[in-house]
Amino acid sequence: MPLWTFFGLARGKATTNWPRGDGDNGQAGGLGMPRYHPERCKADCDDCVGACLPGAIRLRPQGQGGPRLELDYGRCVACRLCTEVCADGALTPSADWAFGVRSREDLRWTEAVGSAPAQRLKGAIHAAFGRSLHVRHVDAGSCNGCESELQALNNPFYNLHRLGVFFTPSPRFSDLLLVTGPVTYTMREPLLETYRAMPEPRWIMAVGTCAVSGGVAGGGYACAHGLDGILPADVYLPGCPPNPAALIEALLMLLQRAPQRVKGGRLVD
Amino acid sequence: MNGAEQRILSVRELTAACEDLLRHGGRMQMAYGWFPQEGAPPELCYLASPAQGRFVLWRCRLQAGDEVPSLARISPLLGWYEREIHELCGVSFASHPEPHPLVLHEGAQAVLPPLDTRRAPQQALQFQPEPWRLPEVAGKDVQLLPFGPVRADVVESAQFVFVYIGEAILHFHPRLFFKHRGMEQRFRGLSPMLGTVLAERVSGVGSVAHGLAFCQALEAAAKCAVPPRARWLRVLLAEMERLYNHFHYLGHLCHTTTLKVGEAEGKWLEERVKQLNARLTGSRFLSGLLCPGGLRRDLDPAGLSDALEALRHEFAEYIERLERTNSHVDRLMTTGVLSRQAAFDQGATGPVERASGLDRDLRRDHPYAAYADLPLMVAVRDAGDAHARMQVRASEIDASFALIQRLLLLLPDGPVRADCRPLAKSEGLGWSESPRGSLYYAIHVDEHGRLERVKIKSPSFSNWRAFPLTVHDSNMMDYAINEASFGLTIAGCDR
Ligand code: SF4
Repeated sequence: MPLWTFFGLARGKATTNWPRGDGDNGQAGGLGMPRYHPERCKADCDDCVGACLPGAIRLRPQGQGGPRLELDYGRCVACRLCTEVCADGALTPSADWAFGVRSREDLRWTEAVGSAPAQRLKGAIHAAFGRSLHVRHVDAGSCNGCESELQALNNPFYNLHRLGVFFTPSPRFSDLLLVTGPVTYTMREPLLETYRAMPEPRWIMAVGTCAVSGGVAGGGYACAHGLDGILPADVYLPGCPPNPAALIEALLMLLQRAPQRVKGGRLVD
Repeated sequence: MNGAEQRILSVRELTAACEDLLRHGGRMQMAYGWFPQEGAPPELCYLASPAQGRFVLWRCRLQAGDEVPSLARISPLLGWYEREIHELCGVSFASHPEPHPLVLHEGAQAVLPPLDTRRAPQQALQFQPEPWRLPEVAGKDVQLLPFGPVRADVVESAQFVFVYIGEAILHFHPRLFFKHRGMEQRFRGLSPMLGTVLAERVSGVGSVAHGLAFCQALEAAAKCAVPPRARWLRVLLAEMERLYNHFHYLGHLCHTTTLKVGEAEGKWLEERVKQLNARLTGSRFLSGLLCPGGLRRDLDPAGLSDALEALRHEFAEYIERLERTNSHVDRLMTTGVLSRQAAFDQGATGPVERASGLDRDLRRDHPYAAYADLPLMVAVRDAGDAHARMQVRASEIDASFALIQRLLLLLPDGPVRADCRPLAKSEGLGWSESPRGSLYYAIHVDEHGRLERVKIKSPSFSNWRAFPLTVHDSNMMDYAINEASFGLTIAGCDR
């Protein structure tokens, strides 16, 4: 019978320090949402619009002023096709993945980023949970990509427990409802039932582009458009899927232990 | 259909054809329906693989008033396909042995079947949840435990009903398709490139296998030759996908036998492959690279060989320890035995069927990408239990490491993308051996070169059908271990 404890000890510490200190967030090389450079955008071109499956890019209606494109990162699945068809460099690939926001509006690209993102959610959250958070996850019809990354949170590298965040089987003991998937017609009621079983105060996080807006699966005969019109989210985290570091940042943001980094559709820090 | 031979059959010839195929050592792979002509009855397509040679697509154009025989009594695995065709295309199968709702839940209503082309694509189903009927089980001390669809931990949604006495499970009834997103219908009208983006998102942990089968189906339809370097790099992507999935599998299996350090090690190996994936491709799931005709851009695998060699050493030590850990292995041996016959009849695939003595692997039997040029060891076991399923996957990890190293050594130079445009009204079949088994895409292109009908046969659709057979008459304590040993996804099955 091998000695697993010694094996574990010999393997050393896999866990990253991140987000503290100079820890590694584990996402080297990973690509995220495309960046928009409106000054390079040429008139009479809509190649990116046709390249975007989930409809994240639209032409702004004539006469409205402002940049030519309307970009909604809440719909973007980070396929990067727009960056490949854009001949003028108006859309470029980037490593931006920390796209958790409190207001759905902050996922829409806007020209003027005025004030810093609102950093307070519901004043009570810190008082209510101190430093720990219990999460009930509901898969409302995902492709299993989001689950794969949520499961990764408890691998030795991210070790989510060290940050005081726990997944719990019972809605009755949970503070946060974390939803993935576009919400299929069959999952709508079980989702709402889980929400109703949670004690107040309770929070909701839409994880992955499907839960934020429906993504590429939303609509059709079997799916809604994510939580839109079903439950109001306190944090929206698009991504296809969002990587574990993005998930951790969004969870800490909810707990007001990390700042929101996106405002008006781009990183502001 | 390009990629398969074709055989036109009338409704009356179906039964004899199916019996004949089985008698000669062949096997059914999948079946689906589609509407080649708006308003007319659908065409049924059955994919058969004879004992030798290429796939054959049987096509049966229905006429109004046709009585369609169910083939499920001859080839049981067809039972689910027929039920799906019934619900999505409105075809009834005479004397079907299991005439219950499958893909669309009780209470879902549609004036026209979801895949009928007269239906507006965005029209949602009407749904008034209705109670579903369970097999009746009566007797002293018999209890019923429904579980789900929202289950414990971070897992996919599905409902399971256990009928049990004490520890003994009398009957197990999974209710799936809570996650049915209607993905096949979402392909309709898309360009081939956008179709690839969608295919990569049918099953997140199978992005490459799905993207690849989709692209290969289109390339068959377009009669397009993929440049050698792209074919080789596609194998690299597919094997990296196998590695992280199989590591996850081993870690999760340890979770169910409560071997904590073993769980951590498996998931740590998985994480490191995902991190390598991101460095190599920009995506932890290796998505955003495949396209009809090759790859969207070239890859530079510098440094990958060394990184994988280090992982291989760790894995060797890890699996050796696992095999020597009696508390783990004892829980796996004799658990969830799937007989060779049941695996064959129900259409089990991938590591599951190979652990039950069926020696099949699309990479070797119907080679695609660059598999014909690379050495591949196919692992087979006979025990059919959870332990055999683990061993097959462990051997496949070894085989993947070896195959990737060889590939990196011999990787040809050259372009990675060829022009690929399917002709109007063309059709193609594509396949890949995903980490979970055989995956097929059948594609029908419309007169504008856009996708008209895309059928997806996922490995988990096959294996979910076989799995319950190993649960009846087993015990509660072993259930989680047995489920983990099958390595099923629900997204792929439900689509
Ligand atoms: S990267 Fe996002 S915005 Fe660009 S085409 Fe893909 S989904 Fe659309």
